[in-house]
Amino acid sequence: MMIYLMCLILFCVGVYCILVKKNLIKIIIGIGIVEYAVNLFFVLVGYRVQGRAPILAQDQVIQNMVDPLPQALVLTAIVIGLAVTALIVAIAMRLYEKYGTFDITKIRKLRG
Amino acid sequence: MNLAAFPITHHLLPFFVAIPLGSAFLVSLLGKKLKGFPDTFSNLATFSLFSLSLFSLLLTKRFGTVVYKVGGWIPPIGICMVLDSLTSFMLVTINLVAFLVTIYSIGYMERYTAKWKFYTLFLLMLAGMNGVIVTGDMFNLFVFLEIASISSYALVAFGVEHEELEASFKYMVMGIMASLFILLGIAFLYSLTSTLNMADISRTLARIGNNQTVFFVAALFLMGFGLKAALVPFHAWLPDAHPSAPAPISAMLSGVLIKALGVYALARIFFNVLGMTAISSSILMVLGIISMVLGGLLALGQEDIKRLFAYSSISQIGYVVFAIGMGTPLGILAGLFHLFNHAIFKSLLFLNSGSIEYATGTRDLRKMGGLTSKMPVTGYSSLVGSMSISGIPPLSGFWSKLLIILAAIEAKHFIFASIAVLVSILTLAYYLKVQKLAFFGELKDSLKGIKEVPLTMKLSMIALSIICIFGGLLLIPGVQRNFLNLATEVLINGNNYAQVIFGSIK
Repeated sequence: MMIYLMCLILFCVGVYCILVKKNLIKIIIGIGIVEYAVNLFFVLVGYRVQGRAPILAQDQVIQNMVDPLPQALVLTAIVIGLAVTALIVAIAMRLYEKYGTFDITKIRKLRG
Repeated sequence: MNLAAFPITHHLLPFFVAIPLGSAFLVSLLGKKLKGFPDTFSNLATFSLFSLSLFSLLLTKRFGTVVYKVGGWIPPIGICMVLDSLTSFMLVTINLVAFLVTIYSIGYMERYTAKWKFYTLFLLMLAGMNGVIVTGDMFNLFVFLEIASISSYALVAFGVEHEELEASFKYMVMGIMASLFILLGIAFLYSLTSTLNMADISRTLARIGNNQTVFFVAALFLMGFGLKAALVPFHAWLPDAHPSAPAPISAMLSGVLIKALGVYALARIFFNVLGMTAISSSILMVLGIISMVLGGLLALGQEDIKRLFAYSSISQIGYVVFAIGMGTPLGILAGLFHLFNHAIFKSLLFLNSGSIEYATGTRDLRKMGGLTSKMPVTGYSSLVGSMSISGIPPLSGFWSKLLIILAAIEAKHFIFASIAVLVSILTLAYYLKVQKLAFFGELKDSLKGIKEVPLTMKLSMIALSIICIFGGLLLIPGVQRNFLNLATEVLINGNNYAQVIFGSIK
């Protein structure tokens, strides 16, 4: 139970970071934290206490297997997260070139 | 059902993803060297996709639901792709708009340098959208959704000027949050049902009955897909992102992306997977009404033509979500019909705004005036689009709005129906403003030298306005039965979706 709570706390830290911080890079880091929290939760979904690796062999009865599917899914999610992070960092760099600052309150050409 | 006689039915579905994905690869590989290759090849790709989607319409009519097993794994173990009437309806809408937009891009994108990059991203986005539509697997849906979203983030920033980058950053932060909420929803759903196949999830949920987790998952999906669809509490990114993209992309984003990733996914998941309850129905309806009113009111005050259209998209998406949220057969039919019509006229209007920008170099309504005399095709086609979206008979928008209001009255939502009528008048008001400021009146001195846009751009605007004029014909009983009613039935069927899918595997 504790570990799920930690997951939730991590999620909240990330969301707080995205909502409150004014620096573009800190917002990106916040996104990263939220991403990790979600990925961690997804892996935990497949975790079993004292579970074994899900490899079937002859003459072997496995009582308690870890669910491998969430791990595969999280791998995919991490790769997607990498692509998104790379793109958003590239855009933040371009923004810095144009505006000369990472402060989001000063990057305001668009109305509301 | 004799599928063996038509082996193509089995193998048609992956092409909706494979063609745009493969063409994106080829265009990025060869486009830099061969001049003219990106244009011809992308148009060829979108044209073949459009023809295939029309063909899929025939297939679903003939064979009903077709399931393609990816890699030969039998669902629910492997990923499957599903072709039913709703899928082919959405495929036709998306690929029709995509085809006309690529024709338009031939002329329009000459202003930008790297045309091949544009086409690569465009085709990737198309692959993502088609993937979201055809997939029958929850996680696969997420992956395709991300493909479409990531390419759309990049396309919004395509101009790499101040506004574009800022809009793209804002869009990205909100889009990423939406995707993470969806992923979290999938995680909860998986922990509850131990499966990812949509049909299997639906079957399992029907067996375990009501559960607190399902409500939570529904809330997460509503947040995630609602953000992608730009429903009102989650709409803040749209009025920045859509105007900042190049005009063909604005047309794609407003015309089909918010519908494919937002409305379609919401409808599919709420109706077919989670099952529609009275609560979710009323939440969807209220969100739709709020979007309708707020989008309309905000549009009224805009001076930037593309920003006005963007707010109008929020308002019209409100109509679609409201109608589908009612959950009655007439409501869903009206919602899907309005979805199709909105895809057509909103992409037409964004293409018009692109033509104005192409000719005059401005998007500010106050700097325009009397453009019809110089640009007759743009002027008259935008008149058709504006009148259609404001619901002037006999154009297509009139029929879909009439149906939505009739459906609301039929379902005894009289207050909502009257709000829908009032917002329709509001829509007319801001489109009259566009017409008056941009196309009628005196030609400004600064605009004396402008010329009409190139032929390719004219062609696609004319094609779209012809569809707008004759859109009402889709309600002729024979056509309606095959195109709209079948798609409606898929959603009405609700949890029977699972039986249909597993029935068609055998």
